Amino acid sequence: MKVLNEIKLSFPSRSANEAFARTALSAFAAALDPTIEELADLKTAVSEAVTNAIVHGYKEEIGTIYIHAKILEKNKIVIRVRDTGCGIPNVKQAMEPLYTTCPTGERSGLGFAVMEAFMDKVAVRSRVGRGTSVTLEKTILSKGAE
Amino acid sequence: MPLKLYTEEKRVTACLIGEIDHHGAGALREEIDGMLKRVRPDTLILDFRDVTFMDSSGIGLVMGRYRLIQEWDGVVEIHNPLPSIKKVMRLAGLDRIASIHSSPPKSGANPEKTEARV
Repeated sequence: MKVLNEIKLSFPSRSANEAFARTALSAFAAALDPTIEELADLKTAVSEAVTNAIVHGYKEEIGTIYIHAKILEKNKIVIRVRDTGCGIPNVKQAMEPLYTTCPTGERSGLGFAVMEAFMDKVAVRSRVGRGTSVTLEKTILSKGAE
Repeated sequence: MPLKLYTEEKRVTACLIGEIDHHGAGALREEIDGMLKRVRPDTLILDFRDVTFMDSSGIGLVMGRYRLIQEWDGVVEIHNPLPSIKKVMRLAGLDRIASIHSSPPKSGANPEKTEARV
């Protein structure tokens, strides 16, 4: 599918950058003329993916998070959030709602469930010791697909 | 993230402001818990009227406070979340542990609450 526009971002995995990442993606997606609800869905899903990279991918260390976002034909946006952190040993288990590795009980274990509910498609690729990439896809309906 | 906390008899109200994510959740948790442990209220009201964004970190924040206040049989009420935030709450089933209320836009000091389940 033809790429109409794209951006690449990279930034250190500091939690202050969670807000930056979702705001930047929301500005990029604005070209698709999304509804307020669609924009909130995108921002929330990006925030979950970036938070996962910070909390789980890099844990105590600071690494680089890479975002590659593309606007394709038919009002489709594809956002890939990638880290080169520790990787996920069992992706299927990690994606189960309420599954969390956080011992304090302050993480809900709903990150992937939120991404799946708010996006059309979520694909996760991970290799232990190499990192994780999460690809989020959504067709923005407000303009209507041609 | 800024936060306003006030206590009225056995009720603690936390007015959350801005965006709730993993970055800000830790500080909010500490402030709210400090107050909860001091006052041991019957009810914790989390007022979301000035919250513009929340991801699942906010769910963890509500669930954690629910667990704490349960230690002395208190309850949590969620007030005035935006539709987009209610959507995240509904997905997490927060309405099973806390009642969700909507009140009319800021009018007086003590707006009448109308209950609406998500």
